[in-house]
Amino acid sequence: MKSVIFRTVAPFLTSLMTLFSIFVLLRGHNEPGGGFIGGLIAVSALAIYGIAHGVETVRRAIYFHPLAIAGAGLFAATVAGLISLFAHVPFMTGLWVYPSIFGVEIPLSTVMLFDTGVYLVVVGSISSVALSLEERGGE
Amino acid sequence: MDIAALTFLALGLPFVAALVAPVLTRFLGHNAAWLLALAPVAIFVHFLRFLPEIASGEIVTGGYAWIPSFNVSFSWLIDGLSLTFALLISGIGALIVLYSGGYLKGHPHQGRFFSFILMFMGSMQGLVLSDSFLMLFVFWELTSITSFLLIGFDHGREAARRAALQALVVTGGGGLLLLAGLLILWNMSGITQFSLLLSFGGELKESPFYLAALLLVLGGAVTKSAQFPFHFWLPNAMEAPTPVSAYLHSATMVKAGVYLLMRLNPVLGGTPEWQILLPLFGVATLVTGAALAVRQTDLKLMLAYTTMASLGLLVLLTGLGSPHAIEAAALYLVAHALFKGALFMVAGIIDHETGARDLTKLGGLRSAMPLTFAIALAAALSMGGLPPFFGFLAKEEIYEALSSFDRRSMVFAGLTVLGNALMFAVAFAIALKPFLGLKVETPRHAHEAPVLLWLGPAILALKGLSIALMSGLAHRLISSPMSSAIAGEPRTVTISLAPHIGAPLLLSAVTLLVGVAFYLNLDRLRAAMAVILTDIGWGPDRGFDQFIRGLLRLAVAVTHRLQSGKLDVYMTVVFVLVAVVLLGTPVHFGELPRAPFFAADVPMHELAIMAIAVAGLLAVVMAADRLTAIVSLGIQGFAVAVIFLLYGAPDLSFTQFMIETLSVVVLALVMTRLRLSPSDRRPLHQKLPDSMIALACGFGFGLFLLRATGTPFDATLTDFYNLYSKSIAHGANVVNVIIVDFRGTDTLGEIAVVMITGLAILSLVRLRAGSLKRGADDRQDAEERA
Repeated sequence: MKSVIFRTVAPFLTSLMTLFSIFVLLRGHNEPGGGFIGGLIAVSALAIYGIAHGVETVRRAIYFHPLAIAGAGLFAATVAGLISLFAHVPFMTGLWVYPSIFGVEIPLSTVMLFDTGVYLVVVGSISSVALSLEERGGE
Repeated sequence: MDIAALTFLALGLPFVAALVAPVLTRFLGHNAAWLLALAPVAIFVHFLRFLPEIASGEIVTGGYAWIPSFNVSFSWLIDGLSLTFALLISGIGALIVLYSGGYLKGHPHQGRFFSFILMFMGSMQGLVLSDSFLMLFVFWELTSITSFLLIGFDHGREAARRAALQALVVTGGGGLLLLAGLLILWNMSGITQFSLLLSFGGELKESPFYLAALLLVLGGAVTKSAQFPFHFWLPNAMEAPTPVSAYLHSATMVKAGVYLLMRLNPVLGGTPEWQILLPLFGVATLVTGAALAVRQTDLKLMLAYTTMASLGLLVLLTGLGSPHAIEAAALYLVAHALFKGALFMVAGIIDHETGARDLTKLGGLRSAMPLTFAIALAAALSMGGLPPFFGFLAKEEIYEALSSFDRRSMVFAGLTVLGNALMFAVAFAIALKPFLGLKVETPRHAHEAPVLLWLGPAILALKGLSIALMSGLAHRLISSPMSSAIAGEPRTVTISLAPHIGAPLLLSAVTLLVGVAFYLNLDRLRAAMAVILTDIGWGPDRGFDQFIRGLLRLAVAVTHRLQSGKLDVYMTVVFVLVAVVLLGTPVHFGELPRAPFFAADVPMHELAIMAIAVAGLLAVVMAADRLTAIVSLGIQGFAVAVIFLLYGAPDLSFTQFMIETLSVVVLALVMTRLRLSPSDRRPLHQKLPDSMIALACGFGFGLFLLRATGTPFDATLTDFYNLYSKSIAHGANVVNVIIVDFRGTDTLGEIAVVMITGLAILSLVRLRAGSLKRGADDRQDAEERA
């Protein structure tokens, strides 16, 4: 894309949106948000970056192959389900721990790991499609 | 540890060994065989401990619940039959692992080979020890798959790949028949375990589904055990390295079918159907196999066809079902595993040390390979049924079973004598011809095999001698419990080397004489067989190719008929069907919704949003080019998202916004790739049907929504989630809690689908550029040809 303004703004916009997507992912359990929506926001961020600076730049920026990210997400989600079996409760039962870090109690759970998995699958799968379409779009 | 846990470990140990085999082989080279052989040895020792208990008539069962809700367990049944098999599998398995160490020494993929063969060992062991039907089926198919991997081990060669695929298609297909048969048994009896089924009694034989169950189970057994006319995959499987042929395709896997028939003999056997079908398959296989063996000059192929003949003999005996026949089957099964395993390994040694395995290109090896000669001779004596070897006892018992003088037995006895005489000739052709006579130049300079290679066959050949000499002990520990398990009632095997004059001995003498005559005229016999086979000119092997070709042609024809390959046709079919379902169903059931009413006091901003949605729609319809239409569709989508927001569904609205944005981006990207004209320039009469379908779908969906919202709302689920979301799942956002916790398993499935869809789209996008080019080339070629 030729627009100088867009090219200049795009990196900032992308970083902000990615940050926001993680925020949305993490707050999802109690307020609107979650892995699915967060993932979609992150994909939009990548799409903007791709339109502004080309697909190669995006691929370099995310370092991993998008489908590897999706695979890791699916793996994380499955592991999140399997952990329950080791605690002798049925598959996918949510487990919670409340470690205290610097005096702040932080609730962590297998559910959160699961939601992170969803986030990664959405980011990976959809961005792999979008990127490959953008890549050859000019042909 | 208790015995159940140990048995479970024994079942899993081969798979563990298979896992470490490649790493071990990388560090130790072919000497890894010594370490890896410890796994089957340990299993062998474990099962030896059951011998006294089983010999006294006990049956040991054990296991763990697997899918309790379906009454499926992971459980094993150890009786005389499965114990004998388990000992054969682990015992010969240990020798085969050692032998593979020598045979594939220096092969770049030796580790992989060890891994495959140990995996096979685990599968075969699981198969014979399975108590539950489902477990048997799983292991049954696993042996087919590992056999596929092993036959195709040398996957660079076309012949090996074809043989592997053929074996998989035949035995795997048979496995599916078996599954159907087992399911029928399950339905008939309500039982999923063999140990319970065996005490179920004869009721199954009365059932109207008996014949269906029998035929299906038989379908599994005859394909696995290479019975005529499904035998063709077995000779082709000789493409595998020789240790595989010795282990899978003579001693163990091909006996799985026989094992199954023996296992089910007390439940399904003894009926007229059983006593007609099995002996017919058996005797046809026996005679065909023995005759085809004579035709060959390749050592491995000769052995393969005699294996087929022996399997036929076993099925024949199992089918006859008389006490002597059962005992003969038990004896012959063990004897065959020992001598045929040994002979295959001898053939492998000859091939390995001289570089040739064609009978006509070998000779005079006795001075170079005296030890191999001795082993071959001992194994051939057992195979030929001569005293004092185990094969002799088995053969005597076979003739004992066949020498009742009714017409049926006479026919079977005559054909069995013929088959045995042919096998006798082949056995001695293999054991004598390469070693006697003038020395023939071979591709490699012949010398005696290393210890890793001769150890296995030597032990098997010696076992064949020692079992016969200590027949009393062997019968008490092995033969009698095994016969009892097959018969379903206590049996005692008594036959020994002590002379016993009678009809069996006479038949043996006839076999011997005819066999010697065949041996002396082997070349003439071979030429005659070649002429006959050329005259017939067709065989099941070629039939298999024709079947596969026909199947492909059928698939292509059906695909062309159903799949036009044009997206607009698919879309039309899908949307017409949607319209028919949405409009037809409410009319048919008289469930049309009442006309909606519009509240008078709709707030201004809601009206405005609806106006935006309508404006978006109009823009789509009126858009001058496609890109504008896509963006306008986005406007309508955003308006809907705002409506969601107004009615208190922030999550939904949020998602809708993102989806709309992304779908506009993706659609726009796709459009640029499709090389369409910027706008839809078709004449009106072509556009009209499409717009009618679109209207019908939209109208139908509107009706459906009105009807759905018209029914009173059942708040049970909503209340449940609102009540428990915070207290059980620690989350205030009910929507998210449902997605990741309450219905988490659904979500797991959905994200798997998302990922697979991503993969599929990616490969389509990648494929397109290449295939378009190739398609253009093809067309060009066609034009040039024309």
